[in-house]
Amino acid sequence: MITVSNLTKRYGSVHALGPVDLEIPRGGVTALIGPNGAGKSTMLTIIGRLLSGDSGRVEVGDLDVVTADSRELAKKLAILRQENHFVARLTVRQLVGLGRFPHSRGRMRPDDVEAVDLALEFLDLTPLQDRFLDELSGGQRQRAYVAMVLAQQTDYVLLDEPLNNLDMRHAVTMMRQLRRAADELGRTVVVVVHDVNFAAAYADLVVAMVDGRIAHVGPAREVITPYVLTEVFGTPVDVIEHRDRPVAVYYH
Amino acid sequence: MRSSYRARLIGISVLAILAAVAILFYGNPAPAGSRGYWTIVESRMVSVGTILIVAFCHGVGTVVFHAVTNNRILTPSILGFDALYRVIQTGLVFFFGAGAVAASDGLLKVVVQSVLMVAFATLLYGWLFSGTHASLHVLLLVGVVLGMGFSSLSTFMQRLLTPSEFDILTARLFGHISVSNVAYLPWGALVCVIVGAILWRRRHVLDVVSLGRETAISLGVAYRREVVIALVLVAVLISVSTSLVGPMTFLGFVVALLTYQIVGSSEHTRTLPMAAAVGASTLLIAYFILRHLFYAAGLINVIIELVGGLVFLGYLLRKGLR
Repeated sequence: MITVSNLTKRYGSVHALGPVDLEIPRGGVTALIGPNGAGKSTMLTIIGRLLSGDSGRVEVGDLDVVTADSRELAKKLAILRQENHFVARLTVRQLVGLGRFPHSRGRMRPDDVEAVDLALEFLDLTPLQDRFLDELSGGQRQRAYVAMVLAQQTDYVLLDEPLNNLDMRHAVTMMRQLRRAADELGRTVVVVVHDVNFAAAYADLVVAMVDGRIAHVGPAREVITPYVLTEVFGTPVDVIEHRDRPVAVYYH
Repeated sequence: MRSSYRARLIGISVLAILAAVAILFYGNPAPAGSRGYWTIVESRMVSVGTILIVAFCHGVGTVVFHAVTNNRILTPSILGFDALYRVIQTGLVFFFGAGAVAASDGLLKVVVQSVLMVAFATLLYGWLFSGTHASLHVLLLVGVVLGMGFSSLSTFMQRLLTPSEFDILTARLFGHISVSNVAYLPWGALVCVIVGAILWRRRHVLDVVSLGRETAISLGVAYRREVVIALVLVAVLISVSTSLVGPMTFLGFVVALLTYQIVGSSEHTRTLPMAAAVGASTLLIAYFILRHLFYAAGLINVIIELVGGLVFLGYLLRKGLR
């Protein structure tokens, strides 16, 4: 379980987040939605200890993310940001192998190799494993980063807008794979998504944020409603049914 | 792929050894086996030793620097190192006069100079990384600005020197492999071995650090600490080399670029040994050709900088600032 209590964050004089209290249960896919600047990514990066909050506590499992040993935490919690620019030239397999670093400290044992194979297989990257990252398309590269995070074999996986810059097909594939990671591998997946319909279609729990606060938390069916979405996004939203799932329509 | 890497590493090392042997024995004017012959070989061994140390410092130092600063353009010199060396040298001549400087040459001066440079780097990184706006770009920018400040200061002091003092100073500001300090060589080698061993033990951490701050933290690496350690080690390497032969701005860049081309991937298990081998063979071959074929030993640094600078410009124009 991820427990956020009384968390706040300011960027200089700009109020970014909080105070926020939130519990994300173990297992399943949780989606964070909300307009730009609502504090979704800020909260996710604080939970992932890439940023420190001004006050409040964040616990992942039974570890406090601020005080816990970073190495131990890296076996429990993995976070992937949307920008991953680095000049190091690595093959897909080498990158995914680095995901084993918290366990292997660089010396790959048989179970590390197995975890890498599994992650590559899981994201259909096995045929591409010896290609260099700069030879891949955007969607393939994104998959390689997700494979690295999965190879880390953490209970909790946080992803900041993993669908950014992906076309329809790749976005759907990515969400399916994250869903499978939750169902088949037992990971707790927390994603920030811009498209509420991906949250509606794949998430067990949806957290809607506005102005640094949590507006609504609940199963997709309870949060993806015309009333909630219109209030959260500040634009008229209609919700229709498609294959037993709510779909938001907001183009008019 | 692994075997081809090994073959390349061995091939380049063999090249370096051949060049070293050629430097030692080619065109020795004394009759073979005589006492004079071995004296000349001995003096040439000092040059080879110096070259090995300088090549190791710049090659390995630049590769590590690139890993932690996440770029392939900047070299440690941009942190104001060359400029600091110049300002120390100029300051010595300015305040104590050329005679005192010539008299104080020795191990102590070299050690003091190295300590000063490492202390400067450690202070700069320590200060910058403890602030709230700790970012590598700020650090680099401060390095550039400080470098410019040091250069201006040196230029100012140089204007006030007498022509003869200025002449002596100029001779010191250009690197010279042939006249490096013998007493200092074993110490320089020892420092290289120690720093090399530390870096080698941290090679996997360097791989993770080169993925950038956020990924590194997610993988459980204390990013800030690792970056500072790596930068201080780089500072040690570069100051060893600079104290030995003076500033070399583009050598590291050329060696690192060649290393990346030859190795292909960026794993430090491969790039670190390759950088040392490539550095040694490049510098040894250049030295052999210039000194023994063209009799232009004094021009070695100038030519390396010229070629390196051209490669640097070409790279910038082709790839842009990435």
